[in-house]
Amino acid sequence: MEIVFLAFILMLSIFLGFELINKVPATLHTPLMSGSNAISGITLVGALTSAGAEHTQLATVLGTAAVAFATINVIGGYMVTDRMLAMFKKKEDA
Amino acid sequence: MGTELLVNLSYVAAAVLFIFGLKMLGSPATARKGNFVSAVGMFIAVVVTLLDQSIIDYKWIAVGIAVGGIIGAVVARSVAMTSMPEMVALFNGFGGIASLLVGWAALYGMDASTFQMVTIVLSILIGGITFTGSLIAYGKLSERMPGRPLVFAGQRFFNIALIIAIIACSVLFAMNPDVSLYLYLVIGLSCLLGVMLVIPIGGADMPVVISLLNSYSGLAACAAGFAINNIILIVAGSLVGASGIILTQIMCKAMNRSLSNVLFSGFSAVAGGGGAAKIEGEAKAMSADDAYYVLEAASSVVIVPGYGMAVAQAQHVVKELQEILEKNGAEVVYAIHPVAGRMPGHMNVLLAEADVSYDLLLEMDAVNPRMETFDVAIVIGANDVVNPAAREMEGSPIYGMPVINVDMARNVFVMKRSMASGFAGIDNPLFFKENTRMLFGDAKEMLSNIIKAFS
Repeated sequence: MEIVFLAFILMLSIFLGFELINKVPATLHTPLMSGSNAISGITLVGALTSAGAEHTQLATVLGTAAVAFATINVIGGYMVTDRMLAMFKKKEDA
Repeated sequence: MGTELLVNLSYVAAAVLFIFGLKMLGSPATARKGNFVSAVGMFIAVVVTLLDQSIIDYKWIAVGIAVGGIIGAVVARSVAMTSMPEMVALFNGFGGIASLLVGWAALYGMDASTFQMVTIVLSILIGGITFTGSLIAYGKLSERMPGRPLVFAGQRFFNIALIIAIIACSVLFAMNPDVSLYLYLVIGLSCLLGVMLVIPIGGADMPVVISLLNSYSGLAACAAGFAINNIILIVAGSLVGASGIILTQIMCKAMNRSLSNVLFSGFSAVAGGGGAAKIEGEAKAMSADDAYYVLEAASSVVIVPGYGMAVAQAQHVVKELQEILEKNGAEVVYAIHPVAGRMPGHMNVLLAEADVSYDLLLEMDAVNPRMETFDVAIVIGANDVVNPAAREMEGSPIYGMPVINVDMARNVFVMKRSMASGFAGIDNPLFFKENTRMLFGDAKEMLSNIIKAFS
């Protein structure tokens, strides 16, 4: 049952993703991509448990590396997206 | 049990914030706020995860976050806007390797069911492909390696063999989780596959590849979510996966090619060697001073930027010229082809950096119907996206691709470094048209010369 439940969530999220992105204007494609890229850094959440659970030494090493890479993805992704979006301006007098 | 409920409820809140954030990213007015909302969602998800009872030691987490946070922040602050495509590719790759590692680490510490083994293998597989594929894309985009398609004899055969080997190793590993050799084979081979998938793709097709890799990084996170039974990974990962696929589709449509054509056409280039007819004629060169006389008299100008504008870092000079022309009483708009540059929306970001108002950036379909009304079309470092062969020459490899019909404007100025053909290696009949003038040289220098003539 658990699998079916997760599969349902998967299916709904995919449809939602399609709906959300379909109407984004071309102007915003780059920020959209780097912004959604930052969201894919959510894998950080999984990495945290691996790095801190002390199952085996190898798991801790792998987890720590995963935390570092995912954090680059998250912090870098959000910051760079913000930097880009800060530049998108509509001139008042135009 | 109290913590677990709290954690999961917070994940629901984080998912809501991601969804709102993505929705707000859809309009220039709310986009920045949307990005912030989604960052808040991420923050909540991370903080509540730290409450998880299975976390005993925070030392290594702190190390990982400190290292990653500093690197991410420094890179994000210092990267030039022109290098944005390779930067996104690189971050993407890091997301991929993180998912690979999460899947790998999930092997230790639980008795994985067959279903979990399958999802672990999937997260390793997709994560590995995303990682090395993104690194190759990074290499091509930053010109650390040649941007042309790299092909060799028997490549298709090799790739098919590689995929079969991966499937075999994955099945063997899922059935025998104790045999580490299979695990290492799966990791190694999927990393190799990532390389093999991206090397035959040329630089001009990179917008498609980046979108696709973006989608993969989401799917990898999603697979990792199944592996460790974490709902927020599944939701956020599949949102990103779906959005990446949509962008990929938009890019493919803009080139009038199917996804498989983009991904595999590098192979046929070896066999076919192109069949476009040679175009005869003479291109007419023009000096900056002559361009000034025409522009001075023009009342409407359309600027078509391409990758060359990014290379020459010419976006600020372009904006300067726009202001001068506007002061001179002319209407100036920009026509942006969906695949201009090296990533979706590349030109828009550069022009935004130069402080160009985004409502002046028109999409191809908005400009083409009124192309005849423009006195001058200035093409800056774009080639294939303005190539009339896509309309006129049935034999051309890009025949059928929607292009910006600059040749229909009264005058066309093409700024270009040399007469070399564009990335796709296709001759451009635009250069030989009656109303076309070539301005050879560095785009930035050329534009500065024209601006000087105005003052």
